[in-house]
Amino acid sequence: MKAAYDIVAVGGGPAGLAAAISARDAGCGSILVIERDRELGGILNQCIHNGFGLITFDEELTGPEYAARFEEQALSGGIDFMLDTMVIDVSADKLVTVVSRAEGLVQIQAKAVVLAMGCRERPRGALNIPGFRPAGIYSAGTAQRLVNIEGFMPGREVVILGSGDIGLIMARRMTLEGAHVACVAELMPYSGGLKRNIVQCLDDFGIPLLLSHTVVRIEGQKRVEAVVIAEVDGRGKPIPGTEVTYPCDTLLLSVGLIPENELSLSAGVELSPVTRGPVVNEILETNIPGIFAAGNVLHVHDLVDYVSQEAAVAGRNAAAFVAGNLDDEVGEIPLVATDGIRYTVPQSIDPSRMADELVVRFRVGNVYENRYISVYFDDERVKHLKRSILAPGEMEQVKLKKAELAAKPGLKTITFKLEEA
Amino acid sequence: MEQIHLTCIRCPRGCQLEVAVEDGAVVSVAGNACKRGETYAKTEAVNPVRVVTSSVPVTGNPAHHMVSVKTKGDVPKAKVRAVVDALKGLTVESPVAIGDVVLADAAGTGVDIIATRNV
Ligand SMILES: Cc1cc2nc3c(=O)[nH]c(=O)nc-3n(C[C@H](O)[C@H](O)[C@H](O)COP(=O)(O)OP(=O)(O)OC[C@H]3O[C@@H](n4cnc5c(N)ncnc54)[C@H](O)[C@@H]3O)c2cc1C
Ligand code: SF4
Repeated sequence: MKAAYDIVAVGGGPAGLAAAISARDAGCGSILVIERDRELGGILNQCIHNGFGLITFDEELTGPEYAARFEEQALSGGIDFMLDTMVIDVSADKLVTVVSRAEGLVQIQAKAVVLAMGCRERPRGALNIPGFRPAGIYSAGTAQRLVNIEGFMPGREVVILGSGDIGLIMARRMTLEGAHVACVAELMPYSGGLKRNIVQCLDDFGIPLLLSHTVVRIEGQKRVEAVVIAEVDGRGKPIPGTEVTYPCDTLLLSVGLIPENELSLSAGVELSPVTRGPVVNEILETNIPGIFAAGNVLHVHDLVDYVSQEAAVAGRNAAAFVAGNLDDEVGEIPLVATDGIRYTVPQSIDPSRMADELVVRFRVGNVYENRYISVYFDDERVKHLKRSILAPGEMEQVKLKKAELAAKPGLKTITFKLEEA
Repeated sequence: MEQIHLTCIRCPRGCQLEVAVEDGAVVSVAGNACKRGETYAKTEAVNPVRVVTSSVPVTGNPAHHMVSVKTKGDVPKAKVRAVVDALKGLTVESPVAIGDVVLADAAGTGVDIIATRNV
């Protein structure tokens, strides 16, 4: 079997759905969303807590409710779906190869592709904790799926390593389901999680957050019996003599997310070493013309609302690409992130193709108080925005206007940096 | 006079708030770097509330073991555990739609528990 579509979205999470909806609304009549799971909604299906959609719907929804609103719009016509179908290859000329139990191997020729595969959790192997590899060690997201979707409690006496939001959410969830969470250990001197989650998931239940601490040993051969936690110095090295043993049967790891980009690599898409997602321009197009990216596959987001907004931009531009409606390129101006700002998305802007207003999203590398976010057009400072606090766990954004760039012909670089007050 | 210690959750700064409470009313808030901290402290110190979310077993749909649920509105923080306990042993039957009441008046809070997923 061989099929052809104007636009194929890889992934049916919030990013894939929003991209498909906006492409349809922009007039594209041939769109396919491919999802490996048996249902749409992506990671939101297991995020049963509330806190989604404040920006989009002005109310606090749970993950499944937020997903359902987008599913409803996507299912209202004009978009085809393949569920239970895994994309195994995307080529540079946009031939999409998929496998499904129902149809076997299928190739689909697309004119444009939106990469929306989301992210995965950093695996435990990457952490190098000495000791055996007994049962009872789960990533926080796996535990979340087990408890919320399968209805299965992975353990009773729990230690959590890493204070990412998923770990914090699971500390509360498992406590309410009858487990005892002894502590959350965080290597850094600050938490990567939202303040709200620290207060409502840990403080509410008296669960200690140990900053500058890490797991130095896991005990138990068949099943986790205890973990040893030690304080770390300024360079992240355990301080001898500070070890404390916590008896437990379960260790959850919430140590970060990585964009899922195997497919992007096979298509020849250039990845950023900082975001681990594709390098994109002002229309969220990768270095391969007609291949776009949005959502957690592009860079890890903390708010799904921004995922939906970003993906809508990618979908709209994919539709314009297919229709041949994109403005002629005049040349990409690189965005440089420096002095505390780790990266920007997009990484370059062509002023002729940018929207009237373009959102540049970025993260900072540390916790900073009383700084300015400054934007320079070459060596002229054009924005100077005061922030009383900046933290790596919270994505920031700055809007650039097309008119601002148009007023600066010959512009060579746009620099984003933090400056002291 | 009672002194309550809180962390403001309205922004990543996380100001440490010292709230003085007398006869169930906030008389002073200190430690907040902005006005939002004071607003937060005024309810959180005397009437903290939460939305409770959970999931309960569902029967009659081979594709799903569980359906996610939430309290339809805020419940007092002190009642969170009672609300979760009230869900123990509850099983719902498919089909269930977003917004369907799966348990009325959970733990005497006057707040219903509704499904957050179509199963
Ligand atoms: C545990 C957790 C808690 C969160 N809490 C909040 C919160 O409280 N508030 C908030 O606003 N945001 C929250 N977020 C963030 C938000 O949920 C995510 O940013 C958002 O879901 C990302 O959407 P996405 O579509 O990019 O990725 P995903 O939701 O991960 O969707 C990607 C989809 O692509 C599919 N896929 C991947 N590879 C393939 C392939 N090869 N073939 C076919 N399909 C494929 C996957 O199956 C998946 O369905 C949370 C995220 C997590 C993980
Ligand atoms: S008081 Fe203001 S500055 Fe301090 S945490 Fe709350 S919102 Fe942030």
